[in-house]
Amino acid sequence: MDILIIGVLLGGAYALMAVGLQLQYGVARIMNLANGEILVAGAFGAFWFFTGSQVSPLITVIGYAPVAFAANWAIYRYLMLPLVRRSKSEGHLEVDSILATFGLSFILVGVMLALFGGEFFSYSFLEKPFDIMGQPYEQNRLVAFLYAAAFCVGLYVWLHRTRMGLTLRAVSVSPEASRRVGIDVAGASALAFGLGGAITAAGGGLLSTFLVFDASIGIIFTMKALVIVIMGGLRDIRGSIVAAFVLGLTETAVASLIDPGLTLAAAYVVFILVLLFRPQGIFGRRAT
Amino acid sequence: MAAEPHTALSVRGVTRTFGGLVAVDDMSFELAEHEVLGLIGPNGSGKTTMINLISGALKASRGEIVLFGENVVGESAHAIARRGVARTFQLVRMLESMSVMENVETGGVFGHARRWGAELRDHARHNIARVGLAGKEDEPVGALTYIDQKRVELARALAADPRLLLLDEWLAGLNPTELQTGIELVEDLRSEGRTIVIVEHVMDAIRSLCDRCVVMNSGAVIADGTPREVLADDAVIAAYLGDAHV
Amino acid sequence: MTGTEKTGLAVGAAIFLAAAFVPLLSGGYGLSLAVTVVMYAVLTTSWTLFSGPTHYISLATAAFFGLGMYTVAALIDVFPYPVLLVMATAVGAVLAALIGLATLRLSGVYFVIFTLGLAEMVRQLVTWVQTTMGTSSGLVVLTGIDEPMIYWQLLALAAAVYLASWRIGRSRLGFALRIIGGDEVVARHSGINTAHAKIALFVISGSVAALTGAILAPRWTYVEPVIAFSPMLSFLVVIMALLGGVHRLWGPLLGVIPFTFLWDLVTATFPNQTALMLGLCFLLIVYIIPNGFAGLIENLIRRRPLLAG
Repeated sequence: MDILIIGVLLGGAYALMAVGLQLQYGVARIMNLANGEILVAGAFGAFWFFTGSQVSPLITVIGYAPVAFAANWAIYRYLMLPLVRRSKSEGHLEVDSILATFGLSFILVGVMLALFGGEFFSYSFLEKPFDIMGQPYEQNRLVAFLYAAAFCVGLYVWLHRTRMGLTLRAVSVSPEASRRVGIDVAGASALAFGLGGAITAAGGGLLSTFLVFDASIGIIFTMKALVIVIMGGLRDIRGSIVAAFVLGLTETAVASLIDPGLTLAAAYVVFILVLLFRPQGIFGRRAT
Repeated sequence: MAAEPHTALSVRGVTRTFGGLVAVDDMSFELAEHEVLGLIGPNGSGKTTMINLISGALKASRGEIVLFGENVVGESAHAIARRGVARTFQLVRMLESMSVMENVETGGVFGHARRWGAELRDHARHNIARVGLAGKEDEPVGALTYIDQKRVELARALAADPRLLLLDEWLAGLNPTELQTGIELVEDLRSEGRTIVIVEHVMDAIRSLCDRCVVMNSGAVIADGTPREVLADDAVIAAYLGDAHV
Repeated sequence: MTGTEKTGLAVGAAIFLAAAFVPLLSGGYGLSLAVTVVMYAVLTTSWTLFSGPTHYISLATAAFFGLGMYTVAALIDVFPYPVLLVMATAVGAVLAALIGLATLRLSGVYFVIFTLGLAEMVRQLVTWVQTTMGTSSGLVVLTGIDEPMIYWQLLALAAAVYLASWRIGRSRLGFALRIIGGDEVVARHSGINTAHAKIALFVISGSVAALTGAILAPRWTYVEPVIAFSPMLSFLVVIMALLGGVHRLWGPLLGVIPFTFLWDLVTATFPNQTALMLGLCFLLIVYIIPNGFAGLIENLIRRRPLLAG
């Protein structure tokens, strides 16, 4: 029961970072391997405002969203778009974007190391206990979960109820067809990239309320987000959300039943099983 | 005893579905050796899917595809290529980073002939010459015109010494002069006694090149006979022009 | 064999012969740097053998390397050293074959992610096995093998790798890989068993990395998972290979030599800024020199390269 609740609570924040990555990959077709660093930057932001000026992370994650959006929008516009334009084939673009976003991730690690040093950091926010079925849990986990859930629902509604959301979904289905009906594909991609980055950063801020971070841990989160997105089937954010809970539960179960040092290995085994048996994702449909 | 013509390809009750969509529906037809068969039909009738099923790019959901006496359903594309099936693609596929020579050599190395070294080079050069590209061996394919790229693709298929050649809209997108050249090229192949399946929209080409035509509509055979017969068939006219015209 | 190929072979042989004298001329720091250079020359060249033509970015080097090293470290008291080298190579080959079967039919991004996490997963598993079996977190490796011997072994391995890469580049297998890198659909319809071809080269590449790790095990007297499975190793190999240029046999070496010196300098003077430097190198490769130093040099001389791989 413990495992179930902690796993679900963890899954909520994971869902947020995975949805951010998925929005970027689904619409802009760039697998952003610097996603984890954006998340860590979000965590640093929350930490800095909380310890420096006592601002609640719950306010900070909304406050810095425009900054994260602008930064990620600029990354797409000025670093990725030239690659998209010069690429001769999808494979070529894939290799280029992998290398470029890896480069970006290392640069961000370097910058964060220079600004904050190589220490681990964490802070106490809402560490009061609350009870679920007689068991005490930390409030910060619950609050982060509720916040993440609100974000996900908001995003889902926005994608499915607004014109802009429709545009993004159209581009994610077929950039070619979208171009033909007059959609500015590059603009939509930049928008999705920025939005995805802002969501990931918010996820980082929420995770920082109960996890310990350091400047170079981003790559671990990138891997987790990728595992989730692939498990969820790449296309639908509902798939990613479910997959995030699967990962949260798996990790919590392995950490408490076997060894906390094996969480990533566990995520990996899940990933391998998905690749072997359902390469289209647990909820994805097989491509034709 | 009269010499029975050998059957090169026999498609028996082949069906292929994508999710709920039936792209090829219980198709059956035969192709004798040294025969040129036109596979025609309106857009979306399943012609390219049928070619992809024969070449192993897709797997049939049901039915048998018998190549030279053996059922190959379930075999992967490379295994079918090694049985002597070569093809061109609806949209030209070039190996952009390689020269014309290397593109054509690609066909001759891994198929059933397995050439290498000087023999391969001579063979590739010969095939480049016969599609009319002599002298362009060392050019990068990216620098070629569209018809020349189509020629490279044909030369690549021919370099495999195919026992069955599949041409998927090889004449599409050519201007009238180029089209004439293209038709002459395929005519040459036909007079050599090659076994060919041609998917085509260009009716002139079908009339002059094919011994026989199979007409598809909505994934199924609606007519099978000489080009003259099938093009006069009511069902075929209806499929192309809509029922109102009959 | 053409004239230029003969010249190339002769030049290559001369370089190896000259390199063999390094331990006699220089000890200590110089030799240690030379070991590092030859180690990366082996790793990048074998990485390029697979990743160059196929464009599959493999980050599994550290997994192979670490397993090779651990094979030696764990069994040094049980088997003689030469047997362990063979075993390490076999372990690398088996792991590569398994990864290949599982992932090579998938697209590029999946492969990168898979290999990226592999070293980390193996490291976590090795650490866990060690702690649950009650031993300490590392293993002591005591052998009579000193730095010059390590160097010569690596140099011999490098010679073998170059020779093998050169042979493969001229073989059907090498041609098949280039076609696969160009267009996998064309490759399949030309009769290439793409899965087999990719796995074959990935196995060669992986077993060489494992053997390299095994040869280097005696360099550290105490082997820990953090050293053996350092993810940085995988990234360094990718960077050096691409920086040098993967379309030529001698390309990666052009990346290895300057990068090793630069890396040494940066880690000594600005240890916190190594990540920044790696990042900048990645961007340099993507935006400024997509064909590496080898491509730059070829553009400069614009004639047939002497050592065309």
